[in-house]
Amino acid sequence: MMEALNAGLALLLLALAVWTIVARDAFAAVAGFIAYGLLLTLAWVQLSGVDVALTEAAIGGGLTGALLIGAVGRLRDTEATARVERPKALTRALAALVAGAVTVALALCVLTLPDPAPTLAPDVAANIAATGVGNPITAVLLAFRAMDTLLEAIVLVFALIGVWSLAPDRAWGGRPGVRHVADPNGILAYIARVLPPIGIIVGMYIFWAGADHPGGKFQGATILAAMWLLVMMAGLTDAPPISRAWLRIGLVAGPLVFIAIGLAGAVTAGAFLAYPDGYAKPLIIVIELALMPTLALILALLLVGAPQRTIQR
Amino acid sequence: MNEATLFALCAVLLVGAGLYGLIVNPHPLRKILAFNVVGSGVFLLLGAIARRGAGAGFGGDPVPQALLITGIVVAFSATALAVALLLRLHDAAGSVTLASEVPPKVEPDAGSR
Repeated sequence: MMEALNAGLALLLLALAVWTIVARDAFAAVAGFIAYGLLLTLAWVQLSGVDVALTEAAIGGGLTGALLIGAVGRLRDTEATARVERPKALTRALAALVAGAVTVALALCVLTLPDPAPTLAPDVAANIAATGVGNPITAVLLAFRAMDTLLEAIVLVFALIGVWSLAPDRAWGGRPGVRHVADPNGILAYIARVLPPIGIIVGMYIFWAGADHPGGKFQGATILAAMWLLVMMAGLTDAPPISRAWLRIGLVAGPLVFIAIGLAGAVTAGAFLAYPDGYAKPLIIVIELALMPTLALILALLLVGAPQRTIQR
Repeated sequence: MNEATLFALCAVLLVGAGLYGLIVNPHPLRKILAFNVVGSGVFLLLGAIARRGAGAGFGGDPVPQALLITGIVVAFSATALAVALLLRLHDAAGSVTLASEVPPKVEPDAGSR
């Protein structure tokens, strides 16, 4: 029974991926991609990656989908030109050949994977007690491979700097994105008033539960970011000007706290990002608390985009 | 066939389909979409490999699973940067074509520098 469901899920994923690629209309392709992202979360659950499923639903399906929908709306007038540029049959055949060759090579790799599979699960199980957290993913993210998470937070800051640096000179320092106008008595404004208190609690819960259960700062921060975006899209508030000092401090505070604790570890525990005995859990919580607002700010502002409104000087 | 092999093969086909779309679709936004399909295929493949590493009471190897969470977030940030570049190109040039024979248009605010 489960096998049939899995096979159906895999087929549906493939069909949606093909639709995303061949659909004539870009909006239809993006809609297919969002459905694809949501279905992918089911595949993650089937692969016992509930933490990954939460991340995929929040970021892969939700935020990426919203980002692409916004872009489709603004690029509508470019689709007709692109259709004319469709490559010739020979190019398409060669592309199919390359894609097919890569697929076959990868499939052969999959079928010849070593058995039993190499795994670090026993090592994680043996050392998780030292971290004080119950969720192995959180232990890996914040203790065993904390360097990855630190670098990831820094990559996010760089991505936002990259997006902002695309602002034309006349808009530099101003508010990013467009000012949303919505009916103040409409359903969107109503939802934007009712939903955020619930969303903030859910986000904080997912963050807090992440220590021992599936969840964590990424998933929690995405929900907080979504709530902020909702309020912005309903026109109830506007994105802050990117030159604001509090905003810039907020964007680097998380990584800086992370680095500071890492350096302290070099002194007290003998290695960068090492935690002294008995202090692992409190330090992990401090890092997560510091990272969460930074992540929420960055994720929301990445979606809002570059400043483009001319500011009067 | 167990679920790890099934989804690994599904992931491989996703990579192939995305790669084809990346080459064939002329519109840059569609290329970004196709690239995301390739990326999710790679993620799913790693997820299947994590599933094969189940042990010690965990349903999957937690190390690759944690890497996947990092990867999904970074993929989103890269997509956001790519979309921002594309929208800027559209604002500056009025079109988003990647064809080389189209003469580049002058950026509207180039004179203010």
